[in-house]
Amino acid sequence: MQYSKKVMELFTKPKNVGEIKNADGIGEVGNPSCGDMMSIYIKVGKATTGKNKGKEILKDIKFKTYGCAAAIATSSMITEMAKGKTLEDAEKLSRNDIAEELGGLPPIKMHCSNLAADGLKAAIENYRKNKAKKK
Amino acid sequence: MKIYLDHGATTPVDNEVLKAMKPYFNEKYGNASSVHSFGDEAREALDKSRKVIADTINADPSEIIFTSGGTESNNFAIKEIAFDTKKRHIITTTFEHPAVKSVCKFLEEKLCFKITHLPVGNDGVVKIDDLKKAITEDTFLVTIMHANNEIGTINPIEEIGKICREKRIIFHTDAVQSFGKLNIDVKKMNIDLMSMSAHKIYGPKGIGALYVRKGIKLNPMFQGGSQEFKKRPGTENIPGIVGFAKAAEIANNRMEKDNEKMRELRDILIDGVLDTIPSSALNGSAEKRMTNNANIRFDYVEGESMLMHLNLKGIACSTGSACSSQSLQPSHVLKAIGLSDEQSHGSLRFTLGRQTTKKDINYLLKVLPPIIENLRKMSPLYKCR
Repeated sequence: MQYSKKVMELFTKPKNVGEIKNADGIGEVGNPSCGDMMSIYIKVGKATTGKNKGKEILKDIKFKTYGCAAAIATSSMITEMAKGKTLEDAEKLSRNDIAEELGGLPPIKMHCSNLAADGLKAAIENYRKNKAKKK
Repeated sequence: MKIYLDHGATTPVDNEVLKAMKPYFNEKYGNASSVHSFGDEAREALDKSRKVIADTINADPSEIIFTSGGTESNNFAIKEIAFDTKKRHIITTTFEHPAVKSVCKFLEEKLCFKITHLPVGNDGVVKIDDLKKAITEDTFLVTIMHANNEIGTINPIEEIGKICREKRIIFHTDAVQSFGKLNIDVKKMNIDLMSMSAHKIYGPKGIGALYVRKGIKLNPMFQGGSQEFKKRPGTENIPGIVGFAKAAEIANNRMEKDNEKMRELRDILIDGVLDTIPSSALNGSAEKRMTNNANIRFDYVEGESMLMHLNLKGIACSTGSACSSQSLQPSHVLKAIGLSDEQSHGSLRFTLGRQTTKKDINYLLKVLPPIIENLRKMSPLYKCR
């Protein structure tokens, strides 16, 4: 499989692997029978400085992924791209954004970046649901 | 360090084979159909090679047709038999190589043949009773592989051949994985048609053969000149044919020695992996198995990521995972032996070869466990257990 340097780097040394205890939101997407599954954990907080001051941002984000090298690299990449972003901006991250940051993905692996984007969206949705329940 | 454990995919050309082939590229380059001395040289090599191949399987040289390899041989055999009969029923298995599976599917979908796929069970071996039950008045062909390419399990082709002969049904076997590695006697085994390939036995790519028993009528697959008994027209690939014969000769001479050595190494590999890595298991029968094949599944991890990590460590193998295939479908072979999609995705195939050493296996046994462990730590499936 011809992967970019960046994909191989994140596949072998993924960032933000693991779970967050008492996560504010958890997104679970994919299915092991399809060969890939991803869990994304997020911690949400208010920004204290900068242009987003007072807005809700992703303070911490971690993932666990079962899947191929592309699935692991895209998972790692989205956690890095999303960290510190407002929920609105994080939600806008698309599969093309991720693939681009990774220096491209083989065409057959593009669905992996979809999984990562969906996983993050699912985690944010989960956070909003939890929040609404608390109110 | 580079370790090749993918001999089921292809093998390096043996030096002796290469040496035998060389003169036929630019010294003895004649066309075997020519009547001058150049042609004589080529024809001589062709006849000699045909006899070598025939001798290794107890056939007559006139029963050997050279082809471009396994895929062509399988297409040739199955289609030409099917096109020349009024009967409609073919029996095959659920775990054939795509070069048989797709041909059967083509005949079923485009030409309304009826195909029965015999199950192979968890051990990956066809059951004779299932074959007996599947045979009908309308059955004209049984096509069952000798050894499976993914899991290395071996089918009882002698018994299958016996039944087919009794019922006057043509028996074709895809022997690409077993030719040169297991003893094959086409007469004793009652084989009517058999596909062979050179590049799995340290010969060149692009050359193979089809054994066609005397008395089996087979029309040419394409039209052209009178080469290969008018059955397979086209100028013969003499360097390839010479290389194929040399490879078959060498394989035949060292078959026992090779098998003995590889069985030992394979068992060290299998035992070593199963002993050190929890939640791992061998796919397919341990006994009825090629000496060079170890196909192992690892729960909670996906094959391509294991394969890529091994590749970074210099080890080459293959996987049943969909993520490494162009189709994104998990292996039909692993499905056929009862594995779930998830288990198929987590399977690796190691196929040993002549140059594989104990050192290679020990290195694999050293690097594999931490790879699996790390991937499991990352896997959301692992925590659930």
